[in-house]
Amino acid sequence: MVAFGQFLEVFISGLLAGVLYSLVALGFVLIFKASGVFNFAQGSMVLLAGLALVRSLDWLVAKGFPVWAAIIAGLLFAAVIMAITAFLVERYVLGPLVNQDGLILFMSTIGVTFMIEGAAQMLFGSDVYPLALFPNDAWFLFDKAFDGGILVSKIDVWGGVIAAVLVAGLALFFQRTKTGRALRAVADDHAAAQSVGIPLDWIWFVVWLVAGLVALVAATVWGTKLGVQFSITFLALKALPVLIIGGFTSVPGAIVGGLIVGAGEKLAEAYLGPFIGGGIEYWFAYVLALVVLLARPQGLFGERIIERI
Amino acid sequence: MMKVTLAFAAAAIGVTAMAEPALAQANEQFLPSLVYRTGPYAPNGIPFANGVADYWTLLNERDGGINGVKISPEECETGYATDKGVECYERLKGKGPTGAGYFSPLSTGITFALTEKVPGDKIPLLTMGYGRSESRNGAVFPWNFIAVGSYWTAADVAIQHIAHELGGIDKLKGKKISLVYHDSPYGKEPIMALEERAKLNGFTFKGIPVTHPGVEQKSQWLAIRQDRPDYVLLWGWGVMNSTAIKEAAAVGYPREKMIGVWWSGAEPDVTPAGDQSKEYKALMLQHGAGKFKVHDDLQKFVLARGKSVAKDDYAQVLYNRGILNSMLGTEAIRTAMKKFGNKPMTGEQVRWGFENLDLSAARIKELGFEGMVGPIKLSCQDHQGADIARVQQWDGKEWKVISGNYKADLSILDPMVKDASAKYAADKKITPRDCSKES
Repeated sequence: MVAFGQFLEVFISGLLAGVLYSLVALGFVLIFKASGVFNFAQGSMVLLAGLALVRSLDWLVAKGFPVWAAIIAGLLFAAVIMAITAFLVERYVLGPLVNQDGLILFMSTIGVTFMIEGAAQMLFGSDVYPLALFPNDAWFLFDKAFDGGILVSKIDVWGGVIAAVLVAGLALFFQRTKTGRALRAVADDHAAAQSVGIPLDWIWFVVWLVAGLVALVAATVWGTKLGVQFSITFLALKALPVLIIGGFTSVPGAIVGGLIVGAGEKLAEAYLGPFIGGGIEYWFAYVLALVVLLARPQGLFGERIIERI
Repeated sequence: MMKVTLAFAAAAIGVTAMAEPALAQANEQFLPSLVYRTGPYAPNGIPFANGVADYWTLLNERDGGINGVKISPEECETGYATDKGVECYERLKGKGPTGAGYFSPLSTGITFALTEKVPGDKIPLLTMGYGRSESRNGAVFPWNFIAVGSYWTAADVAIQHIAHELGGIDKLKGKKISLVYHDSPYGKEPIMALEERAKLNGFTFKGIPVTHPGVEQKSQWLAIRQDRPDYVLLWGWGVMNSTAIKEAAAVGYPREKMIGVWWSGAEPDVTPAGDQSKEYKALMLQHGAGKFKVHDDLQKFVLARGKSVAKDDYAQVLYNRGILNSMLGTEAIRTAMKKFGNKPMTGEQVRWGFENLDLSAARIKELGFEGMVGPIKLSCQDHQGADIARVQQWDGKEWKVISGNYKADLSILDPMVKDASAKYAADKKITPRDCSKES
């Protein structure tokens, strides 16, 4: 019974951790889905959004603003910073590269990553900044059935709820709005979309803004969990296997991929780790991704792309 | 004619202007500083780098350098990455009139890589409280100076403190002690000493690795929750430390049963976790936070003159470690100057200075470090020079010293140093020096 309790605990915490990876993966999916660009800078956008939020929040609280007002103003300030970032990226990076090969656009986002990382730390500092927007303690469930109960972190559950709301909102945005449909048209073919009058610069600004706002949401959860600091950018590396498994173009895929990666890596660390030296969860996620790549190269939910040669 | 004269005058002024800095540089001691002011480990790297820089500034401002030889520092950003650290080393090793005086990489990974390079370049490595524990043996590691303490010292002292809390060394028998460690050369370093202690004292030891940078530790702490060890030792760095404390709180593991190494015992390690850090303990590399006599001079000659790079970190644990690091390095240079004269020293001369460094209690008092560190005496054979450490506890606002000095048990550690360094010598085909013949 103890062993089953332990398994359940690891499994549930893995699923919830996976949902938090999905929050970051969603930003990748959005930009890829809408512009065909694999945005390597998503992790650094989470850092920038988090730093803008926490630093403005701290400043406002120190100036005597009520906490609720400081939170609203901090979120608005961070959103403005993400809007400025989206504008600059569109104007000076992607705009001049219209109709270039996907690989070139991908490389340009690597450059954007370094720019954002450097600028964020230069503007807002390199320290660890605590953020406490959500409760950080845990529930101990079924303590009568299992010795010590099953531990479930409240912050992880909050992350799950937020991810669900985000996915619903994004699904509506893509399916039901004019801008959402335009985004999908741009993703299919830049030149064709332009020829039917879709303003490419505006669409790219919107999609980077939405990805920036998703990054801000991810930053609120991850910042509460870890403190806002540079290591948040490493989440991008966690999002990669999630995307490979879920597919680069599927919003639900990002969630399912996250669940598989989260549960898989935590169970592997707990049950496989002791036999092979431990510390395996980082690379185990990639092993899972490789297995999926072998069976379904487009991911579980990705679109199968057939190109005529 | 007038034009020619003017041209000559301008050229002469130009040459003078160019020659002045060159002349000044020829009389300066070049000291490189490998720092990480950005990246995941920046919260810990910045205060240390600030302490290093401020102490050098103090010597320049107060004394005009070391015995009148001005220090010319240059920082290079490593991001705590070994490849970047080696790159920085290669870029800076030949700078200045005599090359780099010494290097302090503040990274066990970079130390491991540079240990292979420094014998060829003849530049000493000052790795105060980190690096290869067996590099204490100067006969095999002539260029490494693991001054003040090694990870084996730390591991031994941690176990002694646990024994003290339990009521005696015999009470360790049957206990469970886990080590949550950064899965890197740094984190793995204490394992050998802890296994040795476990064998001797009859406790069960378990190592639990955490991958870089240490933001994901949930499964490790769930395992600890199930295993319920009596104590958890923490060998983390940067964000790994505060994450470990948060995860410990989340699974209900008592913070007073956690003891961090001295690299897991600074303000950036506890403040991000807020109240959850209360009662968490950590070892001290002798010194802690706070102001001592040297800080009066720092205030007067560096801060008051607007030349300090420190911010909120002034007199915090890692800032103080930075000034201590610089003090050891510059005192080694001063020692070398006694033999070689008051001029910029080469790496080889600085190495001689390290090996003959003898900081008595009186000298430490004179330098303003009394209360921060005890006497340190290095030699050809012993590149560590001290074996003591204390324990501090975080009360939610500041670190409180909760123990006296423990002395590491050399009857356990010395044979380990001997065996490990002999193995290193055999692997690298090094013939150990005969220290009885060194002067």
